[in-house]
Amino acid sequence: MGRHVLLIEDEPNITEAMRFILARDGWTVSSHADGATAVNAVSRAKPDVVVLDVMLPGRSGYDILRDLRANPDTEGLPVMMLTARGQVRDRERAESFGVSHFMTKPFSNREVLDTLNSLLGP
Amino acid sequence: MPRSALTGTRIRERRTLLGLKQAELARAVEISPSYLNLIEHNRRRIAGKLLGEIARELHVEVAQLTRGAEAELLDQLGQAAADLPQAGAELERSDEFVGRFPGWAALVQAQHRRMQELQDRIEGLSDRLSHDPRLSSAMHEVLSKATAIRSAASILVETEDIDEAWRRRFHRNLHGDSLALAESAQALTSFLDSEDEARTEAGTPWEELELFLESQRFHFPALEEGGQPGAVLEEATELTPPAQDLARHYLERYRREAAMMPLDHVVAALEAGLPDPARLAAETGLPVATVLRRLASAPQLPGQDPVGLVFCDGTGQVAMRKPTSGFLVPRTGHACPLWPVYEALASPGRPVARRLAHSSTAGMPVQAYAVAEPRWPFGSDGPCLSEAWMVLLPQQEDPKASVLPVGSACRVCVLADCPARQEPSVMASGL
Repeated sequence: MGRHVLLIEDEPNITEAMRFILARDGWTVSSHADGATAVNAVSRAKPDVVVLDVMLPGRSGYDILRDLRANPDTEGLPVMMLTARGQVRDRERAESFGVSHFMTKPFSNREVLDTLNSLLGP
Repeated sequence: MPRSALTGTRIRERRTLLGLKQAELARAVEISPSYLNLIEHNRRRIAGKLLGEIARELHVEVAQLTRGAEAELLDQLGQAAADLPQAGAELERSDEFVGRFPGWAALVQAQHRRMQELQDRIEGLSDRLSHDPRLSSAMHEVLSKATAIRSAASILVETEDIDEAWRRRFHRNLHGDSLALAESAQALTSFLDSEDEARTEAGTPWEELELFLESQRFHFPALEEGGQPGAVLEEATELTPPAQDLARHYLERYRREAAMMPLDHVVAALEAGLPDPARLAAETGLPVATVLRRLASAPQLPGQDPVGLVFCDGTGQVAMRKPTSGFLVPRTGHACPLWPVYEALASPGRPVARRLAHSSTAGMPVQAYAVAEPRWPFGSDGPCLSEAWMVLLPQQEDPKASVLPVGSACRVCVLADCPARQEPSVMASGL
């Protein structure tokens, strides 16, 4: 089993496209679309890295990130956040909660691959 | 110098009111006239026994000489200085400043107040853009769909060995996302349009003029038939005097040019398809700018989009605009440097024609014609002042025709790697 990424994103076609490109790059991909149950999904899936959308039904990505950082099992888990908002204060907010990388939509497939690979290192 | 220095001004006012000479008052309180002169000009502080004696001679209470409406003024000057400490205002001499230059002090106070009002307005608008749930939701929807489209399109283009099932799937996704994107973009446009309709408070005379012209759709039947601008302006009671002046100038030129190029000629040119203003100018012997303004003053023809218009002063500021489909124009400041109107400003008198695709609207292409009119108001040995006009004619898509991608303004433009970019964009990098 290769590197495992969990996509927490409620836009199904974004999830599908990311699943396609990541799987071709050798990643094991799982996904989850509900913000309210996302923290449990991370605990169950035990991914190597999480891609987390900010605007999710049920709960915001910021709240999910804060909970992940408060849990000793996931405090060091690499998390890349996706957002349609690219303002400085959004980025600062994500950084204050301990995000590993912050990416604004629309992004390119290459950016996603390069960032996730760099988050896990060689 | 302490705040009591302002007392000098009050002493002088009171003495003058009583018809006392400076020397008489000085003698009465046993000081030299020159010293009293320094006091009255707020160059020497005064308090205690001497102030009491002067008050008695002037038949007023001491308090009447020492308190004043200038307290608020001084407070405001203090705030102005505190807001801009790097200016190095001499706070300890603010009393003297108010006393000696009350008009200038009032100007500083008024400008500080105005700055605060504008700051509040900017913050309010910024908050609105950041937190308006409709705008936020619409933007999120547009960017999410754009992301999905971009990812799927990249996969289809870059993956040579993609199997047929995946290919069909991504094609289906592209189709669904493009429809959803169109809906989201329409929702966003509706929101922004409603904001525009809600704009009832014009901030500058140019904005007042623009609202007035918009209310008439830039078309004045009375002037087309030889009527006078004065009669039109009598109805425009909402315009302030400066805006009235601008409107009078605009309408007088409108009347002159309507006589030179009658409306039926303009309508015929528009009905014939794409009118080349330079060719029309050559045929009629009129300046190209006149032809541009006449095209924009025609009523909207059935089945056609309105002819858009942009007016730009010599500094590049867009001062006035007439909207048309598929082409967003910024409300204030400078527009996209790729717009032909700027190319025209660089070569006054030479018409510029470009087929444009506005990146923000993903709409139909727009044919733009621009020209700058040079003026020499200081004579031939003075500077040349140019102003430029650009008309916008929405066109049908033509895959064979090349278009120039442009935006509204760099700050809100999504075009990536644009060689004309002059400042970073607050939007995400190009789609």
